[in-house]
Amino acid sequence: MADLTKTRAGQAGQPGRAGPPGQEGTGRLAQVRSGLRAYRLISAMWIRSLMAYRLSFVMSALGNFAVTAFDFAAILLMFSQVDRLGGYALAEVAFLYGASCTAFGLADLALGSMDRLGRRVRDGTLDTLLVRPAPVLAQVAADRFGLHRLGRLTQGALVLTYALVVLDIDWAPLKVLMVPLMLVSGAGIFAAVFMAGAAFQFVAQDAAEVQNAFTYGGTTLLQYPPTVFAKDLVRGVTFVLPLAFVNWLPALYVLGRPYPLDLPVWTAFAPPPVAVACLALAGLAWRAGLRSYRSTGS
Amino acid sequence: METVGTTDLIELEGVEKVFDVRKKTGFLRRERHQVRAVDGISFTVPRGEMVGYIGPNGAGKSTTIKMLTGILTPSGGRLRVAGIVPSRERTRLAQRIGVVFGQRTTLWWDLPLIDSYRLVHRMYRIPDARFRENLDRCVELLELGALLDVPVRQLSLGQRMRGDIAAALLHDPEVLYLDEPTIGLDVISKAKVRGFLRDLNTQSGTTVLLTTHDLTDIEQLCERVMVIDHGRLMYDGPLAGLHEVGESERTLVVDLERELPPMEIESARVVKVEGPRQWLAFPAAQSAAPLVARIAARYPMADLSVREPDIEAVIAKMYAEKATS
Repeated sequence: MADLTKTRAGQAGQPGRAGPPGQEGTGRLAQVRSGLRAYRLISAMWIRSLMAYRLSFVMSALGNFAVTAFDFAAILLMFSQVDRLGGYALAEVAFLYGASCTAFGLADLALGSMDRLGRRVRDGTLDTLLVRPAPVLAQVAADRFGLHRLGRLTQGALVLTYALVVLDIDWAPLKVLMVPLMLVSGAGIFAAVFMAGAAFQFVAQDAAEVQNAFTYGGTTLLQYPPTVFAKDLVRGVTFVLPLAFVNWLPALYVLGRPYPLDLPVWTAFAPPPVAVACLALAGLAWRAGLRSYRSTGS
Repeated sequence: METVGTTDLIELEGVEKVFDVRKKTGFLRRERHQVRAVDGISFTVPRGEMVGYIGPNGAGKSTTIKMLTGILTPSGGRLRVAGIVPSRERTRLAQRIGVVFGQRTTLWWDLPLIDSYRLVHRMYRIPDARFRENLDRCVELLELGALLDVPVRQLSLGQRMRGDIAAALLHDPEVLYLDEPTIGLDVISKAKVRGFLRDLNTQSGTTVLLTTHDLTDIEQLCERVMVIDHGRLMYDGPLAGLHEVGESERTLVVDLERELPPMEIESARVVKVEGPRQWLAFPAAQSAAPLVARIAARYPMADLSVREPDIEAVIAKMYAEKATS
């Protein structure tokens, strides 16, 4: 601060220029980079905060693992009574379950705390994020980054691994490629749901539960084969809220199963563009939400 | 319209902020009406000035600050800070301003204080040498040395406030906004914060805009004060001038040699009598000397003292007058 006046004089002479060297401009790509950087910085701080309470961290990670494991235990329990569920064998259901859980786990790990936005809007602490030189979306996404959510992800990945080992699949290259593609796109779709839900909280600050209905509710739905649900529900999660693209359509391709709603086979390859479209829409919703906050205050 | 070469760091011209407020009138029915939180405010703050921005709750102080930091978008008028339109280039502006919200800490609750500063270091991309220099200076002047390794949750309110102020200054902001920086602090903490701010302003030339309820902050720190009420600027000028505008009164406390009925003196009135002591109110702009002479000529006076008007009372009076007019 000693030689502050010098620098300032320099800055005052050219107020049109961007700030200090190394700072990105206002381009879209630069913004994404700066957002990712902020996300990394802030989530690292939360991890360190968590480590201040190691025992609590271990307990919540285990709890996170156990709670989701109960879901699968319920499925196992059903299979102790029946051989097939909606025409699907245990390993096949495990595949659907593992895929849904892993995809959701990734999104949940990355953005799971976005439902806290409503609280930040209510108590006004969102303002403290708005005065920092980083995109708000990245800051909100990294807010309360919870490493304990690895529990859910681990559980999903374990079940998926089990299914992949047990399943008797004729692995063609496309099918092999489909598995990682499915997980990444699925995570993208869930991420879009998290984002859109958060955007909605700019308007309705107590809507965290609405968001949870779509995220946690959605993943539970996808853990079962589409054949056990009513057609209208399947239609809804295909065409309205495209959760069917998370695992159903690509997984049925891998399993060589008939498609729900007589959809063509190429829809198995739709998840990546669907995910991109969902993320774009969610991005627009986010911008609209943030704009309404900035013009109405709270 | 760049502001090259001008010395005004903050410029507002007819700035307005209108909120649409929906009020529940039934189960699902809502009534909409508009609230003009800021109703056409214009002022400029030159580089290096320290300005107090005061007004009652709901007067529009926070709304103004939020517009100046880019949190809120104005509904009308022109607004620039360091040549930047805040709402349009929020993140770029963030590099050049520091904000301290008195009631909301930006520090990391569970981490040692130094960790919050390291995050600021990286998030604001402060050059290493500059960061170390600024941190050392803040640590020294704000007496943070022993606190750097203490988790923020263990700090007292005063320590945390000092910590927050340091966090807002590490990136060399040109403007520092302080929203209630001394709220809830004890006398010693208040004095420390004020002392630091005074030094910051005089030595580093940082422009400071301060909102507060504590008028002592203003008296001790600001040459210039702006009073806002109902979204309008009611006064903008030196602190001393506030008294004239508010038609404030000084008080002459007279100790007589014995108990007497209330004195009768022109251009002053007795407001209180307590034994041989009497309190006389007279216009602040008027000299006390002739008044004292008049009293001395007619009454047996033992001692006297003059009390300056309380700004709080001045402002309260100003509000009251505005309300009745």
